[in-house]
Amino acid sequence: MRTNIFRLSFVLILIHTISYGQSEGMARIDGARYIPLYGRDSTVVEVKDFDLDVYPVTNKEYMAFVAKYPEWQKSNAKKIFADKMYLRNWKNDLEINDDANLNSPVTYISWFAAKAYCDCQGKRLPTMDEWEYAAMSDETVKDARIKKSYNEQILSWYEAPRSNENLIGENPKNFWGVYDLHGLVWEWTSDFNSVLMSGESRKDNEKDDNLFCGSASLGATDLMNYAAFMRYAFRGSIKANYAIKNLGFRCAKDIEIP
Amino acid sequence: MKKIVFILCSLFFLGLTACKNESHTSTDERAVYQCPMACEGEKTYDAPGSCPVCKMDLAIVEPSEKKASGEISELSIFNLKSTWTNQNGEDLQFEDLKGDVLVTVMIYTSCKAACPRLVADMRNIEAKLTKNTKENVKMVLVSIDPKTDTPERLKAFAEENAMDKEPWVFLRSSEDNTREFAAVVAVNYKKISPIDFSHSNIITVFNDQGEMVFQQEGLGVNSDATIQNIEKAVASIK
Repeated sequence: MRTNIFRLSFVLILIHTISYGQSEGMARIDGARYIPLYGRDSTVVEVKDFDLDVYPVTNKEYMAFVAKYPEWQKSNAKKIFADKMYLRNWKNDLEINDDANLNSPVTYISWFAAKAYCDCQGKRLPTMDEWEYAAMSDETVKDARIKKSYNEQILSWYEAPRSNENLIGENPKNFWGVYDLHGLVWEWTSDFNSVLMSGESRKDNEKDDNLFCGSASLGATDLMNYAAFMRYAFRGSIKANYAIKNLGFRCAKDIEIP
Repeated sequence: MKKIVFILCSLFFLGLTACKNESHTSTDERAVYQCPMACEGEKTYDAPGSCPVCKMDLAIVEPSEKKASGEISELSIFNLKSTWTNQNGEDLQFEDLKGDVLVTVMIYTSCKAACPRLVADMRNIEAKLTKNTKENVKMVLVSIDPKTDTPERLKAFAEENAMDKEPWVFLRSSEDNTREFAAVVAVNYKKISPIDFSHSNIITVFNDQGEMVFQQEGLGVNSDATIQNIEKAVASIK
């Protein structure tokens, strides 16, 4: 009897953990403190535990979303939230072009649209620090940034054209069980507009040359900095209503504490 | 037995992960009813019933129709439905500021470097506006540090700077809404220490319909073009 109670409580604890654990289709990322490649003055940032979608949002999933939320259909989306490139590869409000694959990541998506999609799922966009943290792992280790193979792979993808037309889940999953952070499309982050590049036309208040990502990159000898620099530079150059061919998104979620 | 408990629990938690916004949307799109013969003009009702004049059943007004006749353009900042609090603790949406030309800037009150100069730029612009123009302009300072900048703090800042009066408005909201507003005005910012932010210095002019008409970038730059644009926007108010 005693062992039975013990067993039962064990099972209950297990159920408890699983229930409050990962949502379907998401992977648990254990947070940590790390130094992002292009933070300010190599400051350590802290990422808390969070859940991240295993795959980027697909055309199919986005079709279901616009069917339910007509305000995000191609012809209804307001220009302030999505520019004229929004869903450019869709033949009408509800369907993507015939030559596109439903299991390809959805692109031509603005930040506002991506944010609305995640909100509707009870999720949110990942922060830039979270995204970079999850993306610095390869198949075997949490932080593969110093590996030559990791960086070469990313850069070879950056060179590959039309990777947005590939299907999700074809690249190997990373340490966390997440697919396609590299190799498919670039992804929106909630605070993409926190990238500041002085020396650009934006005239930021910082005169500190350390902040100018470009100068650091030019001085960088390793590929690692170069790949990250490209991502940060890209984020610094886009606006929230831009819809771009190779830019998609996935959602993240705080861990619910019971 | 264990299996049943497990299945029940799984079902329960599956239910929890469903789309949370669903109920939201339905309340947002609450149906509006109107007499099909328009006996009472544009008068609308919240519930179904019959027209008090011609006794016909009230018909649902299509939301799309409402949009078409609505005056908010697609590029208007009034499409943002976020709620903001001003220095007097009053809640408002950008649409509540409709009718005036809006000049906005994003600052934070504990800032020692750029913001005082940005605020000075705003004051210089305000000082150069004619009295007539000023009556139709709101100078809006939006906080990028809502945690620190409580309405009380904004009030104190406004008083210290003799800006607790027309046409000045200080606003704060949640971090999420702040990020969204920044996205609209293309202001980039990042928290770089517990008290400091790095941010772009942009002053934006919106016309009375909430459409962006001009942006001035940089600190202490010549503001003649900004002032011209404000005056032009005021002149075109219907």
